[in-house]
Amino acid sequence: MEYLFYSLAAVALISGALVVFQTHPLRSALWLIVNFFAVAGLYLLAHAEFIAAIQIIVYAGAIMVLFLFVIMLLNLRQPEEELARPRLGLKIAGITVAVLSAVLIGMGLAKVVLKPVTELPVGLGNTESVARLLFTDYLLPFEVTSVLLLVAIVGSVVLAKAKLR
Amino acid sequence: MLLSYLPILIYMVIAAGLVGLIVLLSELLGKKKHFPSKDMPYECGMDPIGDARSRYHVRFYVIAMFFIVFDVEAIFLYPWGVVFKQLGWFGFVEMAIFIFVLVVGLVYVWGKGALEWE
Repeated sequence: MEYLFYSLAAVALISGALVVFQTHPLRSALWLIVNFFAVAGLYLLAHAEFIAAIQIIVYAGAIMVLFLFVIMLLNLRQPEEELARPRLGLKIAGITVAVLSAVLIGMGLAKVVLKPVTELPVGLGNTESVARLLFTDYLLPFEVTSVLLLVAIVGSVVLAKAKLR
Repeated sequence: MLLSYLPILIYMVIAAGLVGLIVLLSELLGKKKHFPSKDMPYECGMDPIGDARSRYHVRFYVIAMFFIVFDVEAIFLYPWGVVFKQLGWFGFVEMAIFIFVLVVGLVYVWGKGALEWE
């Protein structure tokens, strides 16, 4: 169980780093898919099956498609001239900031007292309990979501209309 | 609990293994004869013009955007389906309102001609 968590976490971290370190945006996008799947696995370990399914259906499915289309929309070509290498001073400054913030975050995390992990009560975190809450206590936010989606539809049409016509 | 996902894992391993096997077998068994017209992107068809990395039309973005929106809508149907019997008619009306608002969006998109490809 722990080994599964640590290996999934390692995959998520490494693929996340690879997203940042690619020079080609399409490769970043492909590594991001690996990251999405690793995070979905972590959700499964936390017994959040519904969130894991959403992670794959919405993020790895729909949002990734949008990312790829947007990347292709930006007219990718190999840059004609070599990208300017950052100067030495900039490199030193960047590394210093990165190390300092890592130390600060690490110091903050060290203060967190970890409680022993207990199994969730049966039924918590599964699709059924999410659904029961969503359609009773959180009914209004759920219905407002449809309005939000409507705004997204109208917004994307308005944004692209000038180009479509 | 986690063991119930074992069939999915086995399925994923079989799917990935099958893909690997097919690629490997065609690499091992297939003949490899190369000549210029065969190595073209489309052996039978028009000669390619220009660069493959051309700018995509904004239509693709619009379609992808609609895909996300209606995908998110469909996601809400899963939990609804799980508790459909418990909720009864109340849940049916809730979901009908939700779907109705999005159908308004669909009608708007249709009316604006954003689904037309031309």
